[in-house]
Amino acid sequence: MNELPQQLANGLILGAMYGLIAIGYTMVYGIVQLINFAHGEIFMIGGFGAFTITLWMPSSTPLLALIPMMLIFGIICSVLVGVAAERFAYRPLRGAPRLAPLITAIGLSLFLQQAVWFWYPDAKKDITFPQFSGDAIGILGANINRNDLFILIAAPLCMIALGWFVNKTRAGRGMQATAQDPDTAKLMGINTDRIIVMAFAIGAAFAAVAAIGYALHFGQVGFKMGFLMGLKAFTAAVLGGIGNIYGAMLGGIVLGLVEALSTGYIDQIPGLEQFGAQSWANVWAFALLILFLLFRPQGMLGERVADRA
Amino acid sequence: MTALLEVEDLKVAYGKIEAVKGISFSVEAGQVVTLIGTNGAGKTTTLRTLSGLLKPLSGKITFDGKPLANVPAHKIVALGLAHSPEGRHIFPRLTIEENLQLGAYLRDDKEGIAKDIQHAYDLFPILGERRKQAAGTLSGGEQQMLAMGRAMMSQPKLLMLDEPSMGLSPIMMQKIMETIVELKSRGTTILLVEQNAQAALSLAAQGHVMEIGKIVLSGTGQDLLHDESVRKAYLGED
Repeated sequence: MNELPQQLANGLILGAMYGLIAIGYTMVYGIVQLINFAHGEIFMIGGFGAFTITLWMPSSTPLLALIPMMLIFGIICSVLVGVAAERFAYRPLRGAPRLAPLITAIGLSLFLQQAVWFWYPDAKKDITFPQFSGDAIGILGANINRNDLFILIAAPLCMIALGWFVNKTRAGRGMQATAQDPDTAKLMGINTDRIIVMAFAIGAAFAAVAAIGYALHFGQVGFKMGFLMGLKAFTAAVLGGIGNIYGAMLGGIVLGLVEALSTGYIDQIPGLEQFGAQSWANVWAFALLILFLLFRPQGMLGERVADRA
Repeated sequence: MTALLEVEDLKVAYGKIEAVKGISFSVEAGQVVTLIGTNGAGKTTTLRTLSGLLKPLSGKITFDGKPLANVPAHKIVALGLAHSPEGRHIFPRLTIEENLQLGAYLRDDKEGIAKDIQHAYDLFPILGERRKQAAGTLSGGEQQMLAMGRAMMSQPKLLMLDEPSMGLSPIMMQKIMETIVELKSRGTTILLVEQNAQAALSLAAQGHVMEIGKIVLSGTGQDLLHDESVRKAYLGED
C-alpha cells in the first residue's frame, strides 16, 4: 500500500485542480447567484486551446517552451467562451426566474461539449497531450511526477494573485461590493455589468490553468473532460462555502484529499475492503457533498445566510 | 436661474402598476427639499428613478443641465447625484473605512479621499472609533451615519436621503436630523424623503406632499408645517 505522504500529495494535486475550477463557480455565484453549469466545458475548452498550440508549433519545440504559450492561448479560449456565455446566454436572462438561467447553463454545457466533439479535428476520441518525461521528484517523502509540478506551482500563484486583486484593487473592491449589494454598488458608481464580466473572465482563466494541469497529469484532453471535473469542482465550491473564493480552494483540496485517502485507506478497514478502489472515490466525494448539504449547507467558510440581504 | 434638479411630469411603473403618476418639482442649489407622505406614496420610487436604479415610463429629469432619463445608475453618480438608500444598505462584510472608500469609488485624488474620510469621522466620531470593524456589526443609527457619510464621499452636488430616521430611537433620530442641519448649513443641496414630517418640514425650504403617486400639496416647509390638512394627516393632530 502507498505511504501517507504519497496519498496526501496525490490529493493535493487533484484538489488544486478542483479548487482552481471551483473559483469560477463560486465567483459567479457570489455575484449573480447563478450556478454556471457550463463552467466545466469552459475548463475543457481551455485544455483544447492549450493543445492547439502543440499543433501550431514545430514538433521539436520543447514542452517547457510550449507551456507559456499554452497558458496564454488556453486562457484566451476559455475567457472568450466564458465572456460570450455571460453576454449572450446569461445576461438576457438576468432578472428572470432562477430556473431559466440554470436550464440555459445545462443547455450551454451540452452545446459546448457537442460543438467541440463535432468541429475539433479528431476530438471524437481522447487526444494525447504531451507530457514531461523524467523521473519523479521526491518531496517530503512523496514522489511527485514532473507533470504535476505545474499545478502545484500555478495554483498557489493564482490564489495569491486573486487575493491581491480582490482586496487591493479598486475593481476587486467593486466586486466585493457588487456581491454584497448590487443595487447599492451601482449607487457608488460601480459598473456592475463590467464587474460580472470580470468575474466570468477570472473564473474562465483559472479553469484554463487547471485544464493544463489536468492535461499534463492525465496526458490527454477530451470533449467530456469537463463534465466530471466540473461536477467535482462545483462540489468543492459548495464544501468550501459557495460565494467564498478561499473556501473554493479549501473545498477543492479537502475533496482531493478525501478522494486520495479513501482510495488509499478505506480498503484497509476490515469489512470495507471492496469500497476502497479508485472507482469508489467518486462515491466518497459526492457522499461528502450530501453530508455537507445536510449538516452544514453554508460550507466550511460559508457566509452566514442572514447577512445576504 | 435654472434649478439644479428639474423633474417634469415623471411617471414610473412596476409592470402595469404605476407607482409615480406624473410628478413635477425642482431643487435649487443650496436648498433642502423634502418629499413627505405615507408608505406607498411613491417617494422611494421617485428617488430610485432619479438615481437610475429604475427606468421612468415617461417624463423629463434634468440634473445640472443634463437629461438623466436613460443614463445608467453608475454614471449618474459621476454627474454629482448621490443617493443614500432607504434601509441604509451599507456593505455589511466590509469595514467602515472600506464602505467610505467605496463612496469615493470614482475619485482618484487619494489625499482628498483621505481628507473626506477624516471629515466623515469628525462628523460621526463613532465611525472613526470603529473604522476597522465590519459595517454589519453597527447599530441601525450608526449604519445610517455610515450610509450618509458614504454618500457624501462622492462630493455630490445633490445628496438624496431616503428615510434617514427610519427605525431609529428618538435620540438617534435627533442626532441624524442634527447632522442634516449641519450638512445644510455647509451649503449641501439635499433632497430628503421622510415619514417624520415634522422634522423634515422644519428644516426644508420647500416641501411636497405625496399621496399614491402624486404630489397633492407643495409649499415652503413652514407653510406646510402650519397647513391644517398636513397637520391632520401627517403630524397626528385632530
